[in-house]
Amino acid sequence: MRSLLRSFSKALPRPSAAVLIPLIACLYVGVIIVLPALEVVSGAFAKGLKPFIENFQSEELRSAVLLTLRCTLIAVPANTIFGLAAATAIARRQFPGKALLLSVIDLPFSISPVVVGLMLVLLYSPTNGLFGGIVSSLGWQIIFSWPGMALATVIVTFPFMAREVIPLLEEEGWDQEEAARTLGASDWQVFWKVTLPSVRWAVVYGLILTTARALGEFGAVAVVSGNIAGQTQTLPLFIEDAYKQYDTELAYGAALILGGVGLVSLLLKLVVEQLMGGVKESKPIN
Amino acid sequence: MAPALSARRRGFTWPSWLQLSWSWRITWLYLALVLFLPLGALALKAAAVGPSQFWQLATSPEALATYRISFGLAFVAALLNGVFGLVIAWALVRCSFPGRRLLDSLIDLPFALPTAVAGLALAAIYSTNGWLGAPLAALFGIKVSFTWLGVAIAMVFISLPFVVRSVEPVLEALEHDQEEAAWCLGATPRQTLTKVVLPQLMPAILAGVAQGYSRAVGEYGSVVMISSNVPFRDLITPTLIIQKLEEYDFASATVIGMVMLMFSLLSLLVINGLQVWGRNWEANPAQGA
Repeated sequence: MRSLLRSFSKALPRPSAAVLIPLIACLYVGVIIVLPALEVVSGAFAKGLKPFIENFQSEELRSAVLLTLRCTLIAVPANTIFGLAAATAIARRQFPGKALLLSVIDLPFSISPVVVGLMLVLLYSPTNGLFGGIVSSLGWQIIFSWPGMALATVIVTFPFMAREVIPLLEEEGWDQEEAARTLGASDWQVFWKVTLPSVRWAVVYGLILTTARALGEFGAVAVVSGNIAGQTQTLPLFIEDAYKQYDTELAYGAALILGGVGLVSLLLKLVVEQLMGGVKESKPIN
Repeated sequence: MAPALSARRRGFTWPSWLQLSWSWRITWLYLALVLFLPLGALALKAAAVGPSQFWQLATSPEALATYRISFGLAFVAALLNGVFGLVIAWALVRCSFPGRRLLDSLIDLPFALPTAVAGLALAAIYSTNGWLGAPLAALFGIKVSFTWLGVAIAMVFISLPFVVRSVEPVLEALEHDQEEAAWCLGATPRQTLTKVVLPQLMPAILAGVAQGYSRAVGEYGSVVMISSNVPFRDLITPTLIIQKLEEYDFASATVIGMVMLMFSLLSLLVINGLQVWGRNWEANPAQGA
């Protein structure tokens, strides 16, 4: 590609690097990223608007949407509480092993989602899990059921909130909290009235990232779910299943919803970045 | 008042090693339930397999074939993105052209698009009747979807943003003076690039490549849709783990999962090391070299 462009550029009046570099960048991003994104939109509407809307009558699609929402509604609040607790505990303090603890919190980002799912199976599977006996004697079902899927979603998404809030809290000083304490505020009051407002944008940012990832999680949930249509299928699993069953339109319809959510999260992220003062950040969501 | 208070205190006290604030208690409890317990389960189950059987299962021909696919193709994808990521970062920071901000936002799309959606789109577009797959099949006879090439493409897609986002801030902070000095001393543009600019970008490029590599090795969602998942052809390691679980071969799944976990920990170490190197370099380029 580059040599082709180079030989092409020798034939023409020589274009400068200032033209060539953006051109290569745009071509690469166009082929690798933009074309696939357009494919989803065109595939979903391939036969017009009517079948696209009719698809949403599908009972299985509706139950997949509900299950995805359930996992997300468990993971996001739980991880928000953890993220805020971890941030107030860790940020602004220096102690031995702090860097290690921060890496431990980041761990789910480097572990393959499939391995996360495997760990849960080895922990809670009634036949082979470490706690399998306890779980089945209590009559719970965790693996092949929504609690396991929610737990998988929690694990995969828990670093987002903490790693957004910790750096911001580290930049802010102790001064305001100390002032509030001298004026007689309790710990709880200090947290709600001083600490939380000072990191509100980081929390919003963390909420966007956590939600986007929770809605789109595939690998970890796939291992735990057993993939029973209409029962333990989230939206990403539904897309894979529909595609494999050659129910292409249904797959595209579901992909368009999920991709739309991803796009909205990207836009919201950009808006929040503007509000935070143009700090450019980029972190993996999915 | 005072005695009553102290009596109440005497009634129940946390042991000294548990005298933590609420935020610490929540943090440790949550980490224990959500991270340490599952990690421990995997480690215990892997240890229970026994060393000789562990080695046998970890190096079975089937597993070795998936390592070749996963680790090999992810390496190719990461290198490709190392080169093009640098070009894209350069375009974003050093060039002005119409659509620069749009390009900037598009880079994040692989992070934002759920992997199932990405996989579906890539499989369709590179299938023999897709927008890119059809011309490739007709002109060169190359099949991409449902072959190892498709797996590589999916890995390129999901690991593209890492190098761009890791190089961008370093390139922005790079001072023009040095390049001008090199220029004044008679260096050609190529010499300036290879002797002045690239060495300073190297830590950031390598950190981005390592992050992309680690991500591509662990990726499941998008790869499973574009691969035919046939052992010895294009089956990746994460999919093999799932297949082993479906066959109730828990020992194999555990062992291969443990191999992947150890790889993740190693790559985390390498990435952290590279980032420290990069920061040292920024602080003191002479010593960093």
